Amino acid sequence: MAEVLVLIDHANGEVKKPAAEMLTIARRLGEPSAVFIGPGAETAKDLLARYGADKIYAVSDPAALEHLVAPQAEVLAQLVAEKQPAAVLIPSNAAGKEIGARLAVKTESGLLTDVVDVQAGPVTTQSVFAGSYSVEAKVSKGTPIICVKPNSAAPEQANGAGSFEELSVSFSDSAKASKITASEPKKASGRPELTEAAIVVSGGRGTGGDFSPVEAFADSLGAAVGASRAAVDAGWYPHSSQVGQTGKQVSPQLYVAAGISGAIQHRAGMQTSKTIVAINKDEEAPIFELVDFGVVGDLFTVLPQATETVKGK
Amino acid sequence: MNIVVCVKHVPDAQSDRGFNEDNTTDREGVDGLLSELDEYAVEQALQIVEAGEGEVTVLTIGPAAAAEAVKKSLQMGADKGVHICDDAIAGSDALATSLVLAEAIKKIGTPDIVLTGMASTDGTMGVVPAMLAERLGLPQVTYASELSVDGGVATMRRDGDTASETIQASLPALISVTDQINEPRYPSFKGIMAAKKKPVEEWTLADLGVDAGQVGLANAATAVVATTKRPPREQGTIVTDEGDGGTKLAEFLTTNKFV
Repeated sequence: MAEVLVLIDHANGEVKKPAAEMLTIARRLGEPSAVFIGPGAETAKDLLARYGADKIYAVSDPAALEHLVAPQAEVLAQLVAEKQPAAVLIPSNAAGKEIGARLAVKTESGLLTDVVDVQAGPVTTQSVFAGSYSVEAKVSKGTPIICVKPNSAAPEQANGAGSFEELSVSFSDSAKASKITASEPKKASGRPELTEAAIVVSGGRGTGGDFSPVEAFADSLGAAVGASRAAVDAGWYPHSSQVGQTGKQVSPQLYVAAGISGAIQHRAGMQTSKTIVAINKDEEAPIFELVDFGVVGDLFTVLPQATETVKGK
Repeated sequence: MNIVVCVKHVPDAQSDRGFNEDNTTDREGVDGLLSELDEYAVEQALQIVEAGEGEVTVLTIGPAAAAEAVKKSLQMGADKGVHICDDAIAGSDALATSLVLAEAIKKIGTPDIVLTGMASTDGTMGVVPAMLAERLGLPQVTYASELSVDGGVATMRRDGDTASETIQASLPALISVTDQINEPRYPSFKGIMAAKKKPVEEWTLADLGVDAGQVGLANAATAVVATTKRPPREQGTIVTDEGDGGTKLAEFLTTNKFV
C-alpha cells in the first residue's frame, strides 16, 4: 500500500486534535506517514503512532517555521517526489490551505480544500455556498492534495509502527523571502478551540457588548465561544472568534446562537452544525428557521437560568 | 509604486446560488458583483498609491459580465483595468486560474505589489494568492489585517488561531488582505463619471501565450463528481420565554445528551 502523508497540526510541539482525525482518515487511503515540522517531534512520536502513523518524518530545522508557509511546502514537495504518496492530507486552516496551494503548483497536482469527509478513491465531501450544497469531488491530476477540516472523523486508535526519520531539507532563497519577525501567542481562554469544539456558544448584537452570560453558559457546557460579525465589528469580541463567511466555519455537534439574527454571512459559518439552538428577542429573526430548539426571549435572563440548570445536573 | 489588484466577479451570496449541469458554478442565473472581499484589496491599493504615487491596475478573469467587477474598481478609483475573457477558461480550477493571472501580471509588467482579497466569496478556498506567489516567485505576505509599506519593505500583521504574527518582506511582493484591514470606500459620483474614461484592455489566452489545453473544465486537476442541494433544515420547537425559557433550554440539551 502506498504512503499517505499527513501534515501534523501542532502548536509549539503540542499536537492538536485534528491530527488524530487526519491519521484516522489516512488509513482509508493507505499507510499513514506523519510529517512533523518544528520542535517536539520526539515527544509527539508515541501519540502519532497510537493513531496509526507507520512512519514519522521530522523536520526540526527552525528555518522551516521562521518564514511564512513556503518552506513547509518545500518539505512536502520533497517528500512527494521521494515517496510518491497516494495522497497528502493537510489541515484546512489558513496556513494549511496556503501550504497546499504552493504544493499543488510545485507538483502540478489537484488541490481540494475545506473537506469534511474523505473516502477511498479518494473522493472528498465539501460543503459550499454557505452550506446550502454538498459537493463530492476528486483529484484528476498529480498527487491528491486534500485540506481536511477539524471534526471530519472520529479519531480511532491503531498501532502504527511509528518509525522515526529526521529529514534534512535545504530551503530555497525564495521560500525564505517572507520572514516572521515576531509572534505574539493568543491569550489562552482555557476553552476549546473554536473550529475543533464539539459545542460552540456564540453571541451577537443582542449581547449589547456584554458577553458574560454567553461565556458562562459556554463554560457550563465545556464549549468554545464564538461571535457574529456584528459583535466583532463593534469591537466586543476578537476577530479570531468570528463565526461566518469571513471568519471561522464551524460544524460542531451543538451550536448555540444567542442574540444573533442569522444573516447569510453568519449562516455560512454554522449552517452545517448537527444541532442548532437559538435565543433571540425577535421572534421573526431568520436564525429561528434553522433551529432544532429556539427560545424567544432575552438572553440576559434565559442564558443565566439555563446555565444554573445545567450546572445543577 | 505600481500595484496590480486581482479581483473576481462572483454570484451574489444573497441570491439563490447553484450549479450548472456540468457541475460548474451557475454564473448566469444569478446576479453577480465584485466579490466583497476584493473591495478591501482595491481600497488598500488606493490608500498605498494615494500616500505616494503610482498606478493601480485592476485585473480580472471571467465571462463578459465580469467587466462589472473591473468597472466597480475603477469607480472606486483604480486607474485602469485588464479583463481576461476567453470561453476556453470556463470551469478552470484554482491552479489554472493562478496560471492565467500570473501570465497576465507578467504581461502587464510585474508591479511593486500584487494585491488580492483573502478569498473569493464563491469558491472561498483562499489559495490563489499563495499560488500566485509561488508562480511569480514573489514573497508571500498573506492575510494582512494591518499593513505598512515603507522603504521598499512590506510589514503586516497576520492573526492566526494560536498567535498574531508580524511578517516582513521586500518588494516586489504578493499581498492579500483581510476584511479587518480597512473600510472600503463607496464610489463617488465623480468617481463613477471618471471611470467611464478609464482604459480597460480585453485579452484572450492567445494574448498571454497560454495554451487552451492548460485551462478550462476538461483540463482541471480536480473534478466535481456530484453536487447535492441540502434539504432545508426543518424548524424544530420554538418556545416563548415565560420565566422558564432557560429551564426548557436546559431540558432540551439534557434530552439530547449534551449535558
